Amino acid sequence: MNDEQRTPGMTVHCQEIVELVTDYLEGALDPDMTAEVEAHLQLCDGCDIYVEQIRTTIRALGKVPVATLSEKAQAELVRAFRDMRGPTATA
Amino acid sequence: MPTADSKGHPLSSRMGDDGQPADASLVERLRTGDADAFAEIVRAWSPMMLHVARMYVSTDASAQEVVQEAWLAIIQGLDKFEGRSTLRTWMLAILGNIGRSRGVREARTVPLSSLGPDEEGGPTVDPDRFRGPDDKWPRNWTPLGKPRPWPRSPEEEIMAAENRTQLQNGLAELPERQRTVVTLRDIHGLSSDEVSSFLGLSAGNQRVLLHRGRSRLRGLLEMHYAAGEPVMRT
Repeated sequence: MNDEQRTPGMTVHCQEIVELVTDYLEGALDPDMTAEVEAHLQLCDGCDIYVEQIRTTIRALGKVPVATLSEKAQAELVRAFRDMRGPTATA
Repeated sequence: MPTADSKGHPLSSRMGDDGQPADASLVERLRTGDADAFAEIVRAWSPMMLHVARMYVSTDASAQEVVQEAWLAIIQGLDKFEGRSTLRTWMLAILGNIGRSRGVREARTVPLSSLGPDEEGGPTVDPDRFRGPDDKWPRNWTPLGKPRPWPRSPEEEIMAAENRTQLQNGLAELPERQRTVVTLRDIHGLSSDEVSSFLGLSAGNQRVLLHRGRSRLRGLLEMHYAAGEPVMRT
């Protein structure tokens, strides 16, 4: 056991960081552990890259094209909304 | 194991991080017949609703009908919305009810209740990429195992398009619960509360599924970059 392992950021290992990354990004870690993870990321290039790649993955997922209702179906729904709830609705 | 109450559990009133208007003012606009506000949420939420509906029914066409039926139920039920959950959580409950009854008529069991256990144990990164427990730097990256930065090139947009294909293929191969959580959270932008509540998962289990799914997709992109060309997965 050397001193470096007790300095902030060194009590948690890279192999643990990769399993904590989601809890970290979700804000689910307690403040001490959050500080520990952040200290580790300052020190460790590999883990810093890893966490950034998880963020990149999340951003890329946000750009995956998705199917939706046809324009026609959406327009019909808006018309139904107007009919049932609009200012001129005869409810 | 605690599970979230899926029926009307009071959730935080904040909306997702997608720039939606604040819930109360949105509800007010809808109640006063603001068709623009309605068109806005139809546009914003229908893709996610289609995905959810498709979990219950066996064809895309059925899912479209379920979503349209849900929107009509929402229009009719607006006055019954009490604001104890977010509008979106309320919408999800309505959608789930319609999807379930439609799924029963189609004799399709609801996938989430009929799942076997996902592979939820084990490391998400190959243990060989880390030093052993007796190393001077135990369980730290080995020189070869250490992640390398991904390229940011002028072709970034093209790479992004390739990434999207990778991700779509990778998503299709995830265990179903991981795929559902990752899709609702990261593609459709639902909050962790909304996803946990809708799927009846504890917050912790929701995070486990999200973690395993995201980790696997990151690994897929890493392989893609390491190979320098798209990984063909057919």
